[in-house]
Amino acid sequence: MNIPSDLKYTKNDEWLRVEGNQGTIGITDYAQSQLSDIVFVEITVSEGDVVKQGETCATVESVKAAADVYMPVSGKVIAINHSLPEKPEVINRDPYGEAWMVKIEFTNPSELDQLLDAAAYEEHLAQKE
Amino acid sequence: MFLPHTDKERQQMLETIGVKTIEELFAAIPQKYRFPELKLPSALTEMEAQAVISDLASTNDNLQEMICFLGAGAYNHYIPAVVDAIIRRGEFLTAYTPYQAEVSQGTLQSIFDFQSLMTALTGMEVSNASHYDGATAVAEAVTMANAHFRGKRNRVILSPALHPHYRQTVRTYHANTGIEFVGDEPSADLRASPESLAELLNENTALVIVQYPDFFGRIYDYTQLAAKAHQAGALFAVSVNPIALGLLKPPSEFGADIVTGEGQPLGIPLSFGGPYLGIFTTRKEYVRRMAGRLVGETVDNRGQKAYVLTLTAREQHIRREKATSNICTNQGLMALAATVYLSLVGKHGLRQVAELCYHKAHYAADQIKAIEGFSLWSDEPFFNEFVVKSPTPPQELNQKLLEYGIIGGYDLEQDYPSLKGYVMFAVTEMNTKEEIDYLVSTLAEVSHA
Amino acid sequence: MPEPDLCELSVPNRIGFRFPEVDVPCAELPKGLVREHLPLPELYELDVIRRYTRLSQLNHAIDTGYYPLGSCTMKYNPKINEEMARLAGFAAVHPLQPVQSVQGCLALMYELQEWLKEIGGFAGVTLQPAAGAQGELTGILIIRAYHKDRGELQRTKILIPDSAHGTNPATSAMSGMTVVEIKSDERGNTDLDSLRKQCDETLAGIMITNPNTLGLFDENIEEVIRLVHEAGGLVYGDGANMNALLGIVRPGDLGIDVLHFNLHKTFSTPHGGGGPGSGPVGVCDKLVDYLPSPIVTITQEGDEETPPVYGFYTPPKSIGRVKSFHGHFGMMVRAYTYMLMHGKEGLRKVSEHAVLNANYLRARLRNVYHIPYDRICMHEFVAEGRWEDAPEVRALDISKRLMDFGFHPPTNYFPLIVHEALMIEPTETESKQTLDAFADALIRIAEEARTNPDLLKSAPHHTPVGRVDEVKAARDLILACGVSVEEDT
Repeated sequence: MNIPSDLKYTKNDEWLRVEGNQGTIGITDYAQSQLSDIVFVEITVSEGDVVKQGETCATVESVKAAADVYMPVSGKVIAINHSLPEKPEVINRDPYGEAWMVKIEFTNPSELDQLLDAAAYEEHLAQKE
Repeated sequence: MFLPHTDKERQQMLETIGVKTIEELFAAIPQKYRFPELKLPSALTEMEAQAVISDLASTNDNLQEMICFLGAGAYNHYIPAVVDAIIRRGEFLTAYTPYQAEVSQGTLQSIFDFQSLMTALTGMEVSNASHYDGATAVAEAVTMANAHFRGKRNRVILSPALHPHYRQTVRTYHANTGIEFVGDEPSADLRASPESLAELLNENTALVIVQYPDFFGRIYDYTQLAAKAHQAGALFAVSVNPIALGLLKPPSEFGADIVTGEGQPLGIPLSFGGPYLGIFTTRKEYVRRMAGRLVGETVDNRGQKAYVLTLTAREQHIRREKATSNICTNQGLMALAATVYLSLVGKHGLRQVAELCYHKAHYAADQIKAIEGFSLWSDEPFFNEFVVKSPTPPQELNQKLLEYGIIGGYDLEQDYPSLKGYVMFAVTEMNTKEEIDYLVSTLAEVSHA
Repeated sequence: MPEPDLCELSVPNRIGFRFPEVDVPCAELPKGLVREHLPLPELYELDVIRRYTRLSQLNHAIDTGYYPLGSCTMKYNPKINEEMARLAGFAAVHPLQPVQSVQGCLALMYELQEWLKEIGGFAGVTLQPAAGAQGELTGILIIRAYHKDRGELQRTKILIPDSAHGTNPATSAMSGMTVVEIKSDERGNTDLDSLRKQCDETLAGIMITNPNTLGLFDENIEEVIRLVHEAGGLVYGDGANMNALLGIVRPGDLGIDVLHFNLHKTFSTPHGGGGPGSGPVGVCDKLVDYLPSPIVTITQEGDEETPPVYGFYTPPKSIGRVKSFHGHFGMMVRAYTYMLMHGKEGLRKVSEHAVLNANYLRARLRNVYHIPYDRICMHEFVAEGRWEDAPEVRALDISKRLMDFGFHPPTNYFPLIVHEALMIEPTETESKQTLDAFADALIRIAEEARTNPDLLKSAPHHTPVGRVDEVKAARDLILACGVSVEEDT
């Protein structure tokens, strides 16, 4: 399972790449492997929306399962990956790169402390199995 | 009774389980409630049950013996013998939802045919595998529009000429979803043109729903109303009688986003109100918001073309409380009946049925309005139903018609207090000219007695 | 060979069916409203018969083979039911005819209401709901209306056990309720501690399936109902599993306030490839005023000479209609026929034998398949389709391999609380020989899983099509074929 060390994680299998006061959100390699072949993704927020931690920002579907993607921390949406819905299979291929979903500007950076680092996320997955 | 075990087999089975009696299997049930004495009669054999039930059936006036001019959402049409020959085949009748594609290709491809025929008929791009009936299909259209706008638009405009049962059902479904229904208040002007509904549009409007032909049989071009709904950012839905679409422009040409309908006229018996068939079609862009089962074409691991339930991740068994709808069972067998009906009558037959309904209804209307004391309520174009002012109270009129072997029209006062004294007649291909003439002469006779 | 697309069979100007010529003067067609193009197929009658006969032969159905699909009660559907529903006195009756012309229909509906009240232990029954899921919606709307009527608007929380069918949470959400999941304990019962924590003034009720989807009768049922009632909530019973309870226990006696029946499961009306169903709802005394309208009632009592007169009535606080007309009357005729042929003793025998058959199969399989919560089950049970020494094999592979033996697979991957679930509901209409053949096949597959797992992974081998590409179906989204676009010339 690929768990890049430079990212933050949630127990719901989202990742967050922190760059200054901005962050990029997607779902982890583990999440995509659990869902298997992803056939649909919908980003449910728009640029400019202010979205709270824990609220839905996207929905992902495979033929067998569906999952909501939640905001790891609160933020204002500054970009969304408009090309992703046309090729949802990218999430299976490149979950941490091309398959990013939403970019935000943090509105409550203290929430970052609640996220897991790579080691803690790996341990969380090990417990789940 | 349908229990195959012999005493000996039962004994062997109990031994394998490791209990002495069947009663022991029910030890988990609280003793004080276990094995209640049901106050019900004892069993009948098939011969006896057949006699009892046939007796009950024979006390009804049925349309093989009576002449029917009643419609109001359920219509007496001819059902070709082929339809029942197919739908009573055990392979279709006793299968369940085709979850296991490898042993369900018959059901799956038939549903694919149904979806194809419904899109052809309505002019829309996608159809689901059916809803319960015309009423619940409209309720699901509201659910879909609500999901489409993520609950941010909460006004739905209902035409007062949408079937009263549909308007009631929609309200029941949405009693707790925060949706406000407008347009069909008792004070609504039933003769106003459909465009007048546009006055109710605002930035909060999710959906406008009209019927085609409308409940009173009238046919309107809804292009203007659809355009105004779209200008306001709302969706536009049309509930149809599918037989009428054999003759009339499909709602896709008006710009409809959702076309629903009651599929009963397509080869499904009246059966005192059900089971019928809910039609639900929409544009491809809304396919994931559409509730209900959906069959898609694909291939199998042997390289053959095959069919399978698709987009199931939208449905309740996976999304649970986040699903758009709780629908699970649909109307599989009724959808099959409509599929066989439309495959058989085809483009020529459906046009012919629709024209027969149209011409006979117009003949009947012309004859009835010529009877002293009767007049037509509307001079708008109509399909196979029309509203008549009766000199005799409709209920009384219908009682008298019954004595003459006629099931009369629908008394509109029960749903529209302003239409006291108005009755609505439906005419289909089943009504011969002789029957219509007999209705006319009987109306003249009983209303002047 | 797969059957061709419908449009490929169409030939321009072929006539399939003729209606009589118009016998009245033709009226002018409505200007600007006539359709120019009707892209329906043009087939001939024998084409249609052969197409759908051949398609039918690609199905597995109860009439062709064993169908132990868990939670669906795929019992034999007696043929007499079909004959009765097709009597002209039922099939050729308009729903809006004057009531004195439909007294036979109303009498049948009234009787059916009475039977269901007696079987379920309820004070009132509506026959209107079209299916189980709509019965659930009706029941939850009734619960909501009851609380609203008492001014308790804050009661919007519905508790649902983690073993529940997906329709339960979906129904609650559709009714504007919030869903809270309740865990199952180690015996497969509702966990009372989790339940107690949720019993507060926002509780609207609980939706409980009993026997639950593990096929187990909830040993805590009385305590569950007591706790919910004490907190001011109501208890909804999902009657999907009533086939275990006929004449065994009445849900109303246990304190269940509202429950839907599935006529297409318990009372033998055919499943029709996915409907029509029929989902009547029974309620306790305090909820009868909220039932959807219309209900059949006696408007004038009869005597020795004259039968009673039946009519419709609308309960005073009715939640309204849930569909058009009076429900799936055709299904009611079938269910009523079935009930008449069973009577009180027969109905109890149905459930006794459904439970006997399930326990027999469980006993035959328990040493080969792991059965979590292994205790006496009711009408169905759940086994795990996985073994440590056959790591590649999954429940789905077992299911697919079963098809090669001529059996329909059990329900897969449900309930969600069992890994690799195989949910098996034998039903009472199957003989010991059929059950033994099915158990033998499952035992043999368990051997194959160790000795030749590829045989399972590549199954089924003897079906009209092999495993289908579901990912392709979802990505391509081909949902209709273009039906005959050729125009007449």
